[in-house]
Amino acid sequence: MTQRIKIAHYNAGNIASVMNALGRLGVRGELATSPEDIKTADKLIFPGVGHAKPAMELLRSKGMDQAIKDFQGPVLGICLGMQLMAESSEEGNMQGMSIFPESIKLFTGRSKIPHMGWNSLHALKGPLFDKIDEGCYVYFVHSYYMPSSELSIAGCDYEGRFTAAIARDNFFGVQFHPEKSGETGMTILKNFIKL
Amino acid sequence: MLTKRIIPCLDIKNGRTVKGVTFGNLQDAGDPVELAAKYSEEGADELCLLDITATLEGRTTFLQVVEEVAAAVSIPFTVGGGISDEKQVELLLSKGADKVSVNTAAIRDPQLITRLSNAFGNQCVVVAIDARHQDGQWQVVSHAGTRPTGILATEWAIEVCERGAGEILLTSFTADGTRRGFSLDITHSVSHSVNIPVIASGGAGKPEHFLDVFTVAKADAALAAGIFHYGVISIREVKAFLKKKNVFVR
Repeated sequence: MTQRIKIAHYNAGNIASVMNALGRLGVRGELATSPEDIKTADKLIFPGVGHAKPAMELLRSKGMDQAIKDFQGPVLGICLGMQLMAESSEEGNMQGMSIFPESIKLFTGRSKIPHMGWNSLHALKGPLFDKIDEGCYVYFVHSYYMPSSELSIAGCDYEGRFTAAIARDNFFGVQFHPEKSGETGMTILKNFIKL
Repeated sequence: MLTKRIIPCLDIKNGRTVKGVTFGNLQDAGDPVELAAKYSEEGADELCLLDITATLEGRTTFLQVVEEVAAAVSIPFTVGGGISDEKQVELLLSKGADKVSVNTAAIRDPQLITRLSNAFGNQCVVVAIDARHQDGQWQVVSHAGTRPTGILATEWAIEVCERGAGEILLTSFTADGTRRGFSLDITHSVSHSVNIPVIASGGAGKPEHFLDVFTVAKADAALAAGIFHYGVISIREVKAFLKKKNVFVR
């Protein structure tokens, strides 16, 4: 039986890119626009771009935050999606879904913001990075970051080490955009589909 | 380590890639979807697609190109050309574009930058600044380089940054099409005046020019069109050269 991979659609995610990437892998992604939609998925991709606070409010207004928290299958939060799964964010004092016990911070220092472009991944752990080499490049675009922790499964350096990917139970989060990271990104998505 | 980006730019007219010298003598440079896939394969870090038609039919064709490019490549791309409101941006993003660039409309209505940034996030708002060296100053020109605005390029860069731009695409109209190198002075000045990434454009002719724009002018990315389309040099060659010179590239 083919698995049902759904993409959480709450008007704050670049779903076209994720759909296209799945398409290139021969997978037909479906959109999940309600808590009921989420329940019937086997795996869930949770993208997000834009500002944390309105995105979280949209998610709550649709009741999708609880459905994601209750979801038993693998979940992959991408970029802002990952940040919304944290405890909180400095961006608009957002209170997140608390799946990852971390708080999201704004990059400060001398580097340009957003952190935009291809940067390398380090200290890779777990099945999401199967066949992925240390130091490989993926595409990032973000101004807020999750600090490194023992839950990190990949790190990246920009104004110091931060969490490029995190995992807890069935929940995964990546700060970069696998759907926009060339062959490396496609392999990471393939690994998620195989989980 | 964050790498410097190489961005090939495709000017699209009636569904075809075209290239001319400072907007004259447009020549056909191939199918945009095939070119996009080829550049992605060769190691392009991003792509830029500019709609240079102003007709309604041209726009519809352009949207189709955006959709096909989005399906074909797995690297980010920016689209630009005649964008002046939120509706257009929403449509382009829904077709799979990652960022949009605004130019003349932002000069006419600077609040557009803030509105787009609030609606879609600053990560997808690129402000394109066309600059021309005149009377000892770098001035912003609008309407595809045809109209002087009297605004100083560096001052405009600071303003668009404050208004919520996520990135600046700085094109030197003085250097564009010459293949004699990027305009290092204005690129350096803009890059140092703002804390958002700056893409340098106009004048690329050989690998040394890319080295200069990254190391001397401190650009975060460099954009070129003609030299890549006509095979004067490949993206791979540029990157191999930069690596040898210890510039971080993917």
